[in-house]
Amino acid sequence: MKKDWPLWEVFVRSKNGLEHRHFGSLHAADAEMALENARDVYTRRNEGVSIWVVESKYITASNPADNGELFEPAKDKVYRHPTFYHLPDEVKHM
Amino acid sequence: MSDKEIKNLEAIFEARIDRDEKIEPKDWMPEKYRQTHIRQISQHAHSEIVGMLPEGNWITRAPSLRRKAALLAKVQDEAGHGLYLYSAAETLGISRNELYEQLHSGKAKYSSIFNYPTISWADIGAIGWLVDGAAIINQVALCTTSFGPYARAMVRICKEESFHQRQGYEIMLTLCKGTAEQKAMAQDALNRWWWPSLMMFGPRDEESPHTAQSMKWKLKRKTNDELRQQFVDQTIPQADILGITVPDPNLKWNEAKGQYDFGEIDWDEFWQVVKGHGPCNKERMEARVGAWEEGTWVRDAAMVYAEKQANKKVAQAS
Amino acid sequence: MEKEHLYQYIVGIADNNLVLGQRLGELCGHGPSLETDIALTNIALDLFGQTRSYYQYAAQLSAQHQTEDDVAFLRKEREYRNVLLVEQPNTHFGHVIARQFLFDVFHYLFLEQLLHSKDDTLAAIAAKAIKEVSYHKRFSSDWVKRLGDGTEESHQKMQEGISNLWRYTNELFEMTAYENEAVKAGIGIALSELKQNYYKEVNHILEEATLSVPESPYFQKGGKEGIHTEHMGYLLADLQYMQRTYPNMNW
Repeated sequence: MKKDWPLWEVFVRSKNGLEHRHFGSLHAADAEMALENARDVYTRRNEGVSIWVVESKYITASNPADNGELFEPAKDKVYRHPTFYHLPDEVKHM
Repeated sequence: MSDKEIKNLEAIFEARIDRDEKIEPKDWMPEKYRQTHIRQISQHAHSEIVGMLPEGNWITRAPSLRRKAALLAKVQDEAGHGLYLYSAAETLGISRNELYEQLHSGKAKYSSIFNYPTISWADIGAIGWLVDGAAIINQVALCTTSFGPYARAMVRICKEESFHQRQGYEIMLTLCKGTAEQKAMAQDALNRWWWPSLMMFGPRDEESPHTAQSMKWKLKRKTNDELRQQFVDQTIPQADILGITVPDPNLKWNEAKGQYDFGEIDWDEFWQVVKGHGPCNKERMEARVGAWEEGTWVRDAAMVYAEKQANKKVAQAS
Repeated sequence: MEKEHLYQYIVGIADNNLVLGQRLGELCGHGPSLETDIALTNIALDLFGQTRSYYQYAAQLSAQHQTEDDVAFLRKEREYRNVLLVEQPNTHFGHVIARQFLFDVFHYLFLEQLLHSKDDTLAAIAAKAIKEVSYHKRFSSDWVKRLGDGTEESHQKMQEGISNLWRYTNELFEMTAYENEAVKAGIGIALSELKQNYYKEVNHILEEATLSVPESPYFQKGGKEGIHTEHMGYLLADLQYMQRTYPNMNW
């Protein structure tokens, strides 16, 4: 029987119009309790209008050892950014 | 991994910290970095939850409804801060229950200040003013520490704690502006909490062997003695405003250095409390272990209930 | 309604919150998990917030220029008029949850009616409080179900809590003279009208929690007339300690 309450990750939307942001984690026996605990722990100071909780074990994370192949190739693709293109100053609003 | 490979990884790792890059939980890190962080973060977390006890002692006896609500909110914050810190430690691959076991077995330490008793209402003021004041000095520096989850927890904690010291000082101010009896109560609390507060910054620099390593990892930004000096310099003028005096005959302003000279801490007392023989070490541990053991049936029940509910859902779906 | 009588009516409501908040305050730092500690403290803070609103209003009505703290701290035991249920001790977590649940269900039904009070201040307090209490009820009902339908041990402890405290439920619907007067004035709530819904709701949750509804027809009362259980004196000794030891000071 000796099972500990699992760990949950908490995401809070601080006001409508903004995305849910990772706020931290906590322990709870089930999803309902996790939501209630998240409300009590992370929104004591009026920090939120919406909460997501997800059990930590369901999050798949990339491995920092793969950062080279995952993220570095994007670094030199400067043509994806507007500043790559030179236009005369007379052209407005572009 | 060969020794050479590890050395190489370590060099890259140290360089990242030197460049002010944050280390995140899944990043490679030297085993010593992991262990040091588990130790320090969990110590910090334990201090928060053991720290609930001396102040919690006065929730039922707070002298007004306003003070009662503020104290309750403050002690609750400490539970929250313990929770944030345990979560940060958990990212390093240790569970909260393992950390509790270390606390309950006496293997893990917590701040010695909480082994002193709160015997008057003024102690609640003194703790907010002095103990939270000392803690903030340490914590502000930790907002830029190298381990990401710890730094983020500290940012949140510092933001929330800004009211703690103010509520403590306001209690002291009210007492000092009150009757002679109230002012005497405030002075008595300062007498008892002053030296333990100075002890919060740890042993003298020459007896603090880990300082160099901790500085490198940004677990410390200043030495123990530097922080202690900063605390004395900022606190004395606050005591002056209250009109009460710290119990140190050797305290005086040093014009040349632009700071206060102060007397010597009773280091025998310091080590006695650290080694578990302070006035309340036993009571604090009994309270923590008691709460945990009495709560076992509650935590177990919640897990069993959750499993039953999950099984019901599966049965309904099929 | 006469001012003095309205004062008594309000204090009768507020004392429940004060005393239950005081009991929850004893628990802070000693709960079964950090998360539950934080949750129960939130409930206590809500109750103290509500109680302050009531006492501040009552203090305005008093002839002796009282403050909220005078009302809260400086009465004799016989002058506190909370129901016996809320002063019962934190024997174990099963009792804590049972006490909370049995009060929350009542508290919600009560506030639902107080919303329509002809007294604007009371209606405004109720409007704010009902959102808080709605959450309290959700929290305590969830825990009744968890403990009732959890392990054998928790089932037994939760049943013990409900069975022990059941005898205090009927008092929730007793009417005092002030309450009758307040009902006539369109300010107060006819408590007997809440009774049926109360037991219906409580029994439903207990059933879901696999707990049995106590059948004893014997109930206790007295709190609302100022005759309390033996626990109350100790609770007040803590609550009033500072104000009694150091009278007439600011804190």
